Amino acid sequence: MTLYILCFALFLTGLYGVLTKRNIIKIVIGLSVMEFSIFLFLALIGYTNNGDAPILVNGKEQLLFVDPLPQAMVLTAIVIGLATNAMLLAIAIRIYRKYGTFDVRKINQLKG
Amino acid sequence: METILAIIIGFMIIGALFALHAKDLLSALIACGIVGYGLVICFLLLKAPDLAIVQIVVETITLIIMVAVVLDSSRRELKEKASIRVKGISYVNTRYVVNIIAVILFTALLLFFFSESIDVLAPFGQHATRMSTAYIEHAADQTGSANLVTGVVFDFRGYDTMGEATILFTAVIGILTILRIKGKEK
Amino acid sequence: MHGMTSIVKTVARIVVGVIFLYGVYIITHGHLTPGGGFAVGAVIAGAFILLVLAFGSDVLKLKVREAGSSTFESISILAFLLLAVGALFIGTHVFFQNYLPKGKVGELISAGVIPLYNIAVGVEVAAALVTIFLALVIYKEEVK
Repeated sequence: MTLYILCFALFLTGLYGVLTKRNIIKIVIGLSVMEFSIFLFLALIGYTNNGDAPILVNGKEQLLFVDPLPQAMVLTAIVIGLATNAMLLAIAIRIYRKYGTFDVRKINQLKG
Repeated sequence: METILAIIIGFMIIGALFALHAKDLLSALIACGIVGYGLVICFLLLKAPDLAIVQIVVETITLIIMVAVVLDSSRRELKEKASIRVKGISYVNTRYVVNIIAVILFTALLLFFFSESIDVLAPFGQHATRMSTAYIEHAADQTGSANLVTGVVFDFRGYDTMGEATILFTAVIGILTILRIKGKEK
Repeated sequence: MHGMTSIVKTVARIVVGVIFLYGVYIITHGHLTPGGGFAVGAVIAGAFILLVLAFGSDVLKLKVREAGSSTFESISILAFLLLAVGALFIGTHVFFQNYLPKGKVGELISAGVIPLYNIAVGVEVAAALVTIFLALVIYKEEVK
């Protein structure tokens, strides 16, 4: 129970970083920390006491396995997180090339 | 088991707080690496070797790309004002104080509602998903693979893998379009 | 972009072969031991990134038009989709079904069509990561 609340505290730390920081690189770091907390939460759900890793080995008789379904979900989510981070960094490179700074409050040449 | 995991998650929270408050961008990135590698130790303690392999390599590649982007821009400092000096007397910046009070209130409210909604889940260590016993018993017979996670990813949940491969392909196309070299210049 | 000192270059020549062999070993045993397509794609991409970083991009003469990594990525995702569509014609006529014979659990040639999926996904992830690295780190210097 306390493990889930600690996991949520990590999520809130990332959310604080996304909302209140002015630098684009700090916003990307905050988003990355939020994704890590979700991976940890999914892996915590699928754990059983005294379970083994979900691989069948010849010659050993295992009775209790750890749940393989949340692990399959996290496996694709990690690679998708990498693709999202790479795209945000490409946008950051373009912003630096045009404005000369990473500050989000100075990007105001797109007036509606 | 639970105490070791709680200590490691505590270190990850401290590392994340330091990464967001560092003045130098390069130290912030290295502190972000602490959070990623602490997650690898947590995966190994929770008996998930597949996830540990993927997370370690992906974290290293992410750090390489981020350091290359930051070093080339030659901007490292980050300034933030906490107090204003007017005619020799220093006032406290009111926006800063309001920020901190709002953050504390919001955090307390969210934690309270989260702990109310966690009561539905089983306590840490029992099966929580409904399909888990069916997958464990029939995965070896119906797919023929000794690695249960690979059998679930490629056979029982094949559509998710196809969607993920398509997302990676689309992200590469997006990056090559954003950084297009020949544009219209007038 | 300049390369590194000659100690790094000599060690990189030896180590890259070992990393590549390790990646190929995990991908072929993907249904017997922990591993699978996604982990291997990142490992093989790491081997190529090590080569480019150690020797410098002006020695390898990387130009925008000659990069063949996006061709590899397109071919491998086409192979993945063709394998999935091929299930419509062989065996039971259901899309995305495992149709090759499943051998004994625990041998190298078993588990139907899963090893072929592993190879296709591994090549696709490796090519995608190498393309991302080349576009973000090396090619942006040419615009100035």
